[in-house]
Amino acid sequence: MKAKVKSKKAKLFLNLCVSVFICGSISSVNAQNDGSEQNQTGRAGTFAIVGARIVTVSGATIENGTVLIQNGKIAAVGANVSVPTGAEKIDGKGLSVFPGMIDAGTNLGLAEIPLGVPASVDVAETGNMNANAKAIKGINPHSSHINVTRVNGITTVMSYPTGGMIAGQAAVINLNGSTQDEMAVIREFGLVINYPRLSAFGGFGGGGFGRGGGPAVDFNELVKRRDTQIDELKKMFRDGESYIRAKEAYAKDKSLPYPANDIRLEAMTPYIRGEKPVIFAVERERDIRSVAKFVADMKLKGIIVGGQDAWKAADDLKKNNISVIYTNIYALPVQDDDPYDYLFATPSKMAAAGVKFCISTGDAGQEVRDLPYQAGLAAAFGLSKDDALKSVTLYAANVLGLGDKMGSIDVGKVANIVVADGDILEARTNIKYVFINGRLLPLTSRHTELFDSFKDRK
Amino acid sequence: MRKAIVFLLLIAITSISPTLVLAQSKSDVLIKNATVMTAIKGTLQNTDILIQNGKIAKIGKGLTAPAGVRTIDASGKYVTPGIIDCHSHTMLDAINEGSLSVTSMTRTRDVLNPNDIAIYRALAGGVTSANILHGSANSIGGQNTVVKFKWGHAVKDFPIADAPPGIKFAMGENPKRTNSNAQPGQPARYPRTRMGVIETDRDAFLRARDYKQRWDDYRAGKTKVQPRKDLELEPLVEVLDGKRLVHAHGYRSDEHLNLMLLADEFGFKVATLQHGLEAYKIALEIAKHGTGVSIFTDSWSYKLEAYDAIPYDAYILWKNGVVVSINSDSDERMRRLNLDAAKVEKYGGVPEEEALKMITLNAAKQLGIDKRTGTIEVGKDGDIVIWSGHPFSVYSRVETTIIEGDTYFDHAADAQLRLDMAKERETLEKLDINKAPGTGGGPPKIPSERRQGDRDEAEYGDGGNR
Repeated sequence: MKAKVKSKKAKLFLNLCVSVFICGSISSVNAQNDGSEQNQTGRAGTFAIVGARIVTVSGATIENGTVLIQNGKIAAVGANVSVPTGAEKIDGKGLSVFPGMIDAGTNLGLAEIPLGVPASVDVAETGNMNANAKAIKGINPHSSHINVTRVNGITTVMSYPTGGMIAGQAAVINLNGSTQDEMAVIREFGLVINYPRLSAFGGFGGGGFGRGGGPAVDFNELVKRRDTQIDELKKMFRDGESYIRAKEAYAKDKSLPYPANDIRLEAMTPYIRGEKPVIFAVERERDIRSVAKFVADMKLKGIIVGGQDAWKAADDLKKNNISVIYTNIYALPVQDDDPYDYLFATPSKMAAAGVKFCISTGDAGQEVRDLPYQAGLAAAFGLSKDDALKSVTLYAANVLGLGDKMGSIDVGKVANIVVADGDILEARTNIKYVFINGRLLPLTSRHTELFDSFKDRK
Repeated sequence: MRKAIVFLLLIAITSISPTLVLAQSKSDVLIKNATVMTAIKGTLQNTDILIQNGKIAKIGKGLTAPAGVRTIDASGKYVTPGIIDCHSHTMLDAINEGSLSVTSMTRTRDVLNPNDIAIYRALAGGVTSANILHGSANSIGGQNTVVKFKWGHAVKDFPIADAPPGIKFAMGENPKRTNSNAQPGQPARYPRTRMGVIETDRDAFLRARDYKQRWDDYRAGKTKVQPRKDLELEPLVEVLDGKRLVHAHGYRSDEHLNLMLLADEFGFKVATLQHGLEAYKIALEIAKHGTGVSIFTDSWSYKLEAYDAIPYDAYILWKNGVVVSINSDSDERMRRLNLDAAKVEKYGGVPEEEALKMITLNAAKQLGIDKRTGTIEVGKDGDIVIWSGHPFSVYSRVETTIIEGDTYFDHAADAQLRLDMAKERETLEKLDINKAPGTGGGPPKIPSERRQGDRDEAEYGDGGNR
């Protein structure tokens, strides 16, 4: 069932889109903006999607209803919505309306071509303590990954840096805009920490591969190494607390010595104060429990990214109100004797244990568009279909502190909306319309441009 | 007497190993009331399949099980042919012999590990056969092995005996070592450019042709001096004779084309372009050459030569009449090739059965094993997957994977295996040697962490693979 855009304006717009990409030049191999359809940021307006199945996510599904989009927001939802004159009608017959999907754990925009083109990679800063490194300042608004991702129904992502122990600050962005600020939902969302862990390859973050050589390291030595690193991390936070106190004291009493600015500690301030979340990258149970203790000791707001064993530490996570950005659907179980579906089944175990979580690709950018299928796979292995859809919409919004602004089809929420010809989590479903901030976006990308350039070659 | 003891021991070993219990040999089975996606003659509703002596004996409605033949009720379930992965490095203890640019003398057959847990995980994703390829660090790599995943069997049972032999070639970034640095003290290896890669191939085939000539002369009695046997050139002579399939890793359309031109020059046909992410740009030329393409559905942008990859690749190639298969090149991705096939329906609109062929029949054709596997037809091997729902749905999972009538993965049996293993683990953990430090045991071993795409990534440091 093909949807039809009824207003003349909208038709004109779509025709324009078609002509732009037909006439547009073939994308060159260039990590930067190529000036073609790729950079279309869509068009604002008042839109009414009429006669569609509306999957609100937050409440019951409306089998035949209307969604009204006005001023970038969802203005009305229901079976009996009156469409204002001048609104552009979209025939929703045979189509379903979903909230735009949210991937809360990516490096999207920070790495165009991760292997072999270092000039296009801005994921990991040099050094161990980089609280002031901000993803929002590195994200390329014209990365080809953006359109490729959004035309598959993902409208918002969290993008985070990965280097060192304190990697920097994550950003939450909508996948539309010509500038970083136009894309930003939360410029500085969370402080990302590669939490020290026991590792035969030494400490946090990277480390070798499973088959790495290297001499065997004594177990007790590894414990000591990890604990030293945790102490270093604690010291950084304690230094930050002192820094805040000195600043506050000076603000009250100018006769005190002037406290010198420290760009790193300054950047940590809102996180140390518990105003914004600290995101800990951890997988194993013992490390997750260690994070829970760290969060409690330091009185932080904590989030875990990764979280393979999170369900095992459910008690600690719930006690400390720590939610999980689960990034391991497309990952192999760590140990040979783990069940084959261990990492597919983890979300269902988290749901059963009452852990707050969302499902994320954890991807650098290219495969973020697989987010719906990852949620679907979790449903094939025990998670309810309802939870699977929520895990990439409302639950993800909740983890990002945006549950009142996006993640469901409710009046007053940002109009990040996807219209599809079927279940949005299924790989064969086609996306028909995508709105971000109420702007109707062209369904074009680097991929559709190359397709159009070569499909009829004779 | 001694023989009898050995025999009893064998029985004892067989009965305590859970994997061997699963893999009974050549058991007959009747699958009842399934929705059968044949991958050649459409989808059949409420259909039964009888497998006898390892082969599909009957397909029809209302079949009855011969005496003693077990029956699987597949009501409400889907059946497809076993998935065939046309590009895999599963089972390999070594992937790249990276020291030379021509390593045609090496064989993956020599480094197959039948205990690789990735085999079992692949079976749990419905994969029954795979093309186990050498890596892509060399212009001309090693010889492949086409296997069936007979988990629990000895390694000798894995290779498909009548599969035509093949060899790995590679073009582009990997053989020219773009993303790998020489070890300290190691000299730079020729080639370093795409110009050099194709000349390496040409040089090898010139030498192979000369070598063949020397043997022909010797056999014709023109010379009495027997040429020295050359293990590097023997497989290339087989390529020239059309007896060995070339599976050529590559990305850019220009280098695919250059290899096909070289093949024309030396009078052979490239069997498959592996990856072929830009193949859509030269679909006409590929169709004309009669070469197959084995692709990733939608991977792209992970390296420069993959930046023009599009998920419509399969559609454009299919529309031009090219035989297309979808492969994984990854122990992780291998578990969900059914979803990769589903995607090509969305990107361009490949019909359902054609999409299914891309992970079954077409891969079989490319590997020269389509006479025995790849479809559900009478007379073919009983390589079959039973799915909980439509295989292209994200909500479906594999119930049972059968190779030649034997069950190698079964969802219910797997649940029992887990209980058995948990018990075994409990017993083992109580042993003194496994106790925690301070409680009588030694320091625990830190398990090494396997990562997603373990092989691919590991190989990047070693000359690249994907």
